[in-house]
Formats: sequence, C-alpha cells, structure tokens
Amino acid sequence: MIQARIARKIPPGFSLDIEFQAGAGVTALYGPAGAGKSLILDAIAGFAPLDSGRILLDDVLLFDAAAGVSVPARLRNCGYVSRDGSLFPHLSVRQNLMFAALRRPRLERHRRVAEMLERFQLTSAATLAPPRLTAAQKYACAIARALLADPRALLLDDPDRRVDESLLRRIRDGFDGPILLATQELDLCCAAAAEMVVLDAGRVLQRGAPREILLQPDSVEVARLVGIPNLFEGVIAALDPGRKSSRLELAEFELTGPYFPGHFRGDRVWLAIRAEDLRVHSAAAESIANLVAAQLLHVSERSGFIRLEFAGGIFADLSREEFERQRDNKGWQVEFPPHALRIL
Amino acid sequence: MHLNWSPLWLSLRVAALSTLISLVFGLWFAYLLATRRFRGKEVLDAVAALPLVLPPTVLGYYFLATLAQGTALGRFYESVTGRPLVFTWQAAVLASTVYAFPLFVRTARGAFEGLDPGLAKAARSLGASDWGVFWRVTLPLAYRSVLAATALAFARSMGEFGATLMIAGNLPGKTQTAAVAVFEATESGNTAPALALALAISVLAFAAVYVANRLEYRRSQS
Repeated sequence: MIQARIARKIPPGFSLDIEFQAGAGVTALYGPAGAGKSLILDAIAGFAPLDSGRILLDDVLLFDAAAGVSVPARLRNCGYVSRDGSLFPHLSVRQNLMFAALRRPRLERHRRVAEMLERFQLTSAATLAPPRLTAAQKYACAIARALLADPRALLLDDPDRRVDESLLRRIRDGFDGPILLATQELDLCCAAAAEMVVLDAGRVLQRGAPREILLQPDSVEVARLVGIPNLFEGVIAALDPGRKSSRLELAEFELTGPYFPGHFRGDRVWLAIRAEDLRVHSAAAESIANLVAAQLLHVSERSGFIRLEFAGGIFADLSREEFERQRDNKGWQVEFPPHALRIL
Repeated sequence: MHLNWSPLWLSLRVAALSTLISLVFGLWFAYLLATRRFRGKEVLDAVAALPLVLPPTVLGYYFLATLAQGTALGRFYESVTGRPLVFTWQAAVLASTVYAFPLFVRTARGAFEGLDPGLAKAARSLGASDWGVFWRVTLPLAYRSVLAATALAFARSMGEFGATLMIAGNLPGKTQTAAVAVFEATESGNTAPALALALAISVLAFAAVYVANRLEYRRSQS
C-alpha cells in the first residue's frame, strides 16, 4: 500500500500537488505528457526532491518533509523502471538480472535469475547485450531485474506504451504489492488497472475504477482526457422526477434526457456522450427520440470503426457494416439515446 | 658520445607518480563534480582548472611562498618527513601533479556527465550504494575515457617545466627532469643531448596522446 501526498513547484509554471493511495494491484496514473506522472514515480522512488508532503509504503515512512525524513533511494524497496528500462549496457541480460540479486547466496541467486528469465521469456536472450533486444524485451528485462530485488512496490514509467496486459499478468504471477503504472494508454487502464488516477497539470482530476471514470467523468477536462469528443454546454430546462425525464437546452439543439438526480432546473451543465453511443440515420427517419439534423463534414477511417464528424462538434463512431449500410444517406440525423447522456 | 639519460628516467618517475595521484584524487573529484550539487561547486571547479591557464611562474611563486623552508607548511612538511620539500624530486611531483590533475578531471568528468543518469537511478533503486554505483556502473561504462584522461595526464606531467624549475630547481641527477635538462643543454650549447631528450619526450608524448585519442575514438564508435 502506497500513501502519498506530494507537492513540488518547478518554476516557471508547473506545480505538482497531489494525494492518493494505491493498494495491491495495478493503479494507473493516467494523463497527458507533462501531467506529472513521471515526477510522482521519481518522488516515490526517492529521485526527485519535494517541497512538502509525506510518502508511506506499507506503513514505512519513506519521506516526510515536516519531520525532515527522506530515506535514500537504495533503501526504499521500490522497484523503479524508467521509460527506456535503463538496462546496464555493459552487461548482458543475465548479468543485468544478477546485478539485482548480488546479495543473495550464490545458488539461490542463479536459481532466481533463471526463474525470472523464464517468466519473462528472456531465456533465449540471456546472453545478449541490451542494445540487441527489442524495445519490449528491454522493458520486460528491466521489470524482471526490478522484481529480483524483492521490491515492496513496483513503479513503472511507461509513456512509450511498452507495457501490455500479458506483461502485467506475468508481473502479478509472483508479485502482490502495489504496481503504479504511469501511462497514456486508456485501453490498458481499462484492461489491467483496478484503480485509475486521472492527472493533468500536476493535479488529480478524478480517481476511481476505470469503467466508472469512463461512464461518469467528473468534469469536462476528465471527459476530454478519456476520449469523449461530444461535449456540449447547456441548461437544464426541465426536470420531471415523476416521468423520470429531463429537457436539455444546448446551444444548437434540444434533447430529452433521463432524470438527473442532484441537479436543478436552470443549472448550467455540460452534456457528454461517447462517440460510440451516438447513432446516425438518414434525413428521412422519423419518430425516434432526440434526433438532431446535422451536416456531415468528414469521414475518417480508424482501426476498428469509422468516425463521422458532423457540424457543431458532433462525433459518431460507427462499425464498418453500419457505415456501409448508411453511406449513401441523403442528409443526416444524429440520434442521442437518452440513457447514454451524461451530465457533468 | 655518452648521453646522460638520467633526466629522462627522473621525468618518467615523476610523471608516473603524479599521474597516479591525479588518477586517485581526480576520479573522486570528477565524480563529485559530475554527480553532486553543492554550494561553491562552481568556485571549486574554477580553482581546480586554474593551472590550465595560469603562467607556470605564478604557480611556482605560490608554491615557493607557501612551501619554502621557514613557511608554516614548509616547516610542517619538514617535521613530518625530516627534509624540506623545495628543491627535491618530490617537489617536481607536486608541480606536475598540479598540471596533470585539472586535465584529468576535465576529461573524466565529461565522461561521467555523458552517461545516462537513468542507469545510476536504476542501480540505486536496486539497492546499490554510491560506491557500488561508481564501481559497477559508472566506471565500467566510462573506463575508456578514464584511461584516455590518464594518458593525457601522463603526457602533461612529462612536459611540465616552469613550475618544476622554480620549486624543484635544476640539480643534475636530483631534480633535473628531461624538460629542464633540454632547457639547460640548449642554453649551454650542448645540442646533442638537447636533441636526444627533446625527441624522447616528443615520442612519449605522442604515444600518450595517440593512445588517448584512440580510446576516445573507440568509445564514440561503440
């Protein structure tokens, strides 16, 4: 369990001020470049000086500005893996692992290194020099090396997207401490992280299970960061708890939504809806709730879907089949299914 | 004709010793400058580099002023070793060390600073002490440059003349290094020994610089 309160000013203009906890399992620090993800990992590992704050790992005090405590990095028991792995270039893969196990008795050392090579599928690469490994192998080797030192927490700096689900599964095969993963990969957060901390400009914007954050972002900033392109400012024109419905007046159009508990008529709000939740119809379609006529601006190919961009900042993601069926539409209407509308 | 090679042997001995001293202290000092931040670092750095730019006579003057018989440091040295320092071959070692040291530090420090700081971070998070990081990561990765720096320091020591003449003097067989002997032989019109010693120094210096360049070149290749 990591408990951290970290503050640091880096002039000009950047300040980090965050507080979070991370229990066993993967906690993703998610945010754009410059959000402060790497600095947080550095601070916990003991590489970055802090102005104030307090860091605990399994109830062991690692840093406390008020008490003047700062445990040296080598005694913090943090397995720190930098963005490029930082393998020692003068040592082979096996020797890199040996470096972390030097204080063990000889036989145990060899056994543990062999096990680790096996677990991270590096056995055949054991004698290679680091420059001859692929980027993914380098990162796996760095993780194996970090694990050999028996850390209490694993800190993975991964802005280059080298960590994947299978690598995280292999880590958890023999490691049950907290794993902090700094990443910009939303899919990886959803697939592998129990907890997600959304960061921007040195602040925590939201934290929670990835699914919850995707379904109900706290703010427009979070919605943007988790890839919700449809964000519209507007007013709640009507709220009817009896019929469990609401009326939203946005700048360009009006929508009927579900009842939004905790809001009042007249509230200025942001409406968010995921691009894959929108449906599109031809101009002829009728008697469907929340249809908005829109002018199609662009069609762009994505790896798993087709994205349609309409005037007014409306984005809809369609499956390829759906798009093929509708591509010859004369005029377009976009349907905003009421159940998918989110109020921020 | 019989040539007296003793100045050359003395020079070699003086250069070897001052190179060794520069290596031991220079490694530590270069590592300190490359990896630590502390108050007064720029000042210390500049002071250590002064011999590269100061006239040898100025340094010689300082040495005499502080180490001559009768000065506090001079008396201290004499009470420890039983002999005065000035006008001994040990004084020649001191003089050439002061010139070799900054050259060594410059080269070694550059090599240390050129290393990826992530490697030291990784080593420390794996539990390595500062000492362990130095011996097992920094030095193995920078050893070519350290050897190159050592060769340069040796060449510089061999060539030291001005300060040596001032504090070690020119006592044939005792403190007369090759560089000083060339000066004296030329002054007194003995062209044969001057030529022989000049050539010998040049060959040694060339060899040292060549080796240093090779080491650095191979490093930039790999």
